[in-house]
Formats: sequence, C-alpha cells, structure tokens
Amino acid sequence: MSLQNSAPSPSAPALTNGSGAAAVVAAGIGAFALAVLACASDKLAAFKNGLVFYKPTGPLSGVTTSAILIWLLSWAILEWRWRNETVRIGRVSAIALALLGLSLLLTFPPVVDVF
Amino acid sequence: MEITARALWTLLHGLGFGALYLLACSGALVELYRSTASSASSESTPARERFLKTYLLTMTVLAWAAVLTGAYVIYPWYRAAPLPGTTDLSLFPQHLLMSTSATSRWHSLGMEWKEHVAWLAPISITMVTFVFIRYGRSLKDHPQLRSAVLTFAVASFVAAGIAGFFGAMINKYAPVQGGHTIQLRTGVEK
Repeated sequence: MSLQNSAPSPSAPALTNGSGAAAVVAAGIGAFALAVLACASDKLAAFKNGLVFYKPTGPLSGVTTSAILIWLLSWAILEWRWRNETVRIGRVSAIALALLGLSLLLTFPPVVDVF
Repeated sequence: MEITARALWTLLHGLGFGALYLLACSGALVELYRSTASSASSESTPARERFLKTYLLTMTVLAWAAVLTGAYVIYPWYRAAPLPGTTDLSLFPQHLLMSTSATSRWHSLGMEWKEHVAWLAPISITMVTFVFIRYGRSLKDHPQLRSAVLTFAVASFVAAGIAGFFGAMINKYAPVQGGHTIQLRTGVEK
C-alpha cells in the first residue's frame, strides 16, 4: 500500500504509528459510511425499505448497524495490515479528516436535499 | 410526584447519558491536550494517565448508551404513527411537530440531523479512547496522529452538542409521553 513507509527512520518512536493510523482512518470510514447510507436511505425508497432491520426504529436501525459493521470491519483489516508498520500519517490523517468533514456535511439535511 | 416511564427513559437518555457526556467532553479535551503536549512529560504521571484512560472509557460507555437508548428505546415512541382520524397527537411527537408549519422544521431539520449526526460521537470517542489506551503519553511522539485524534475528539463534542440541542428543543415542543406512571413520592393534601 502506498501509504506505508517500509523503512522507518532510526529516530522513530518505539511504538509505530500504524495502529493509531488504522483507528483514525477507520473512524473516518465509519463516519462517512453512516452519512452516505443515511443520505441514500433518504433518497432511494427501495434502499430505505431494505435498511429496516428493526421495525420500530425504521431505516435508522439499518443505517447505523451497517455503518458500525463497515467501521469495525475496516478497522480490523487496517489494524491487521498496519499494526507494526510506520505509515505516512500526514496523508492518512488528511484522508480521515476529509471523510469526517464530509460526513458532518452529509448528515446536515439541507445538504442532503441538494441531491 | 410522578413521572411516566417514557419521560423517565427520555430523562435517562438526555440527562443521564447525553448531558453527562457533553460535560465530560470539555474535561477530556483539556486533559488529552495537556497530557500529550510535547512539554507534558514533567507533569504527567502514570496515575494521571490511568485516570484519563478510565475517564475516556467511561465517556465511551456514555456515548454508546446515549445513542442506543435514543435509537432503540425513545425513537420508536417518537416516530409512532397514529391511527387514521386521531386528533390528539400528544402521544405521537413526530406527527405533532409535522402538523403545523411553526414546528415542522424541528423534525425535518432537527430530528433528521440529530438522529444521524449523534452517531459520530461514539464512533469518534471510541477511536480516541483506543488510541490513548494504546499510546498513552507517548502520543506526544506522534504529533500528526495526536492532532487527528484531538480533531476527532472535538468532532465528537460538536456532534453530541448538535444532538443534545435538538433533543432538548424537540422535547420542549413535542415531549415523548405515555407509558405507565411511576409514583416517586406521594403528596399530602392540605
């Protein structure tokens, strides 16, 4: 993966940044998945009906459960791959923060109404 | 002195979990910033680090408790549909809000935003807690990771703040009511 640095510098801290980077970017992915699913369930009736996992809560149950599964799965995969690696944390953080920013934006109803 | 079961759950969700989480956020942000700052080595102690880890874990539990009770206990009462012809909508908060243009935006903007943005709080704070437990004070050796973690902590605070604000306002205009009545204290007639 291009985000990895195979040769950490001699002055690098004992604990690599891979595990932290995996957690950060997975949180960004989870937040973004939630926003995209919420947006899609608002716009597509068939998708909305498919996300009713628990009837009293409606599609919110499917939106949040699916987003949490995507978050935890991506976290597990990234943790497995990056745990002992030193990654380009600047780029990883930028991606995670961009996903977080987009998710904050996409959960705002007037923005959803644009689509 | 009495309270309905639904009002008690709403109280537990909003004040017991949500408001406590919001209160805890400011302390966590300050302590996270201080204990992982590059100049923090002299004043940070293992006991202090342990305390912050416990504090963050408690916040994580509060955040998940708030969204789960909100989505699976209170929201079904909020969105319940009245039978056709029902004129008293007091037991159907969503429909009560939507019944007049003066209050409909509390649902179409407030609840629609709150029900989704609130989930960013537990996702973010779970990550923050994990990273702090994993790295502790050595997070200061990873400045870019530290910045990302602090940004997510702020986002968690903002998301919880939005959810808390709209939750309080919606409950003011269309409170979740009903359920059996719990007698807290019997009054004496004068």
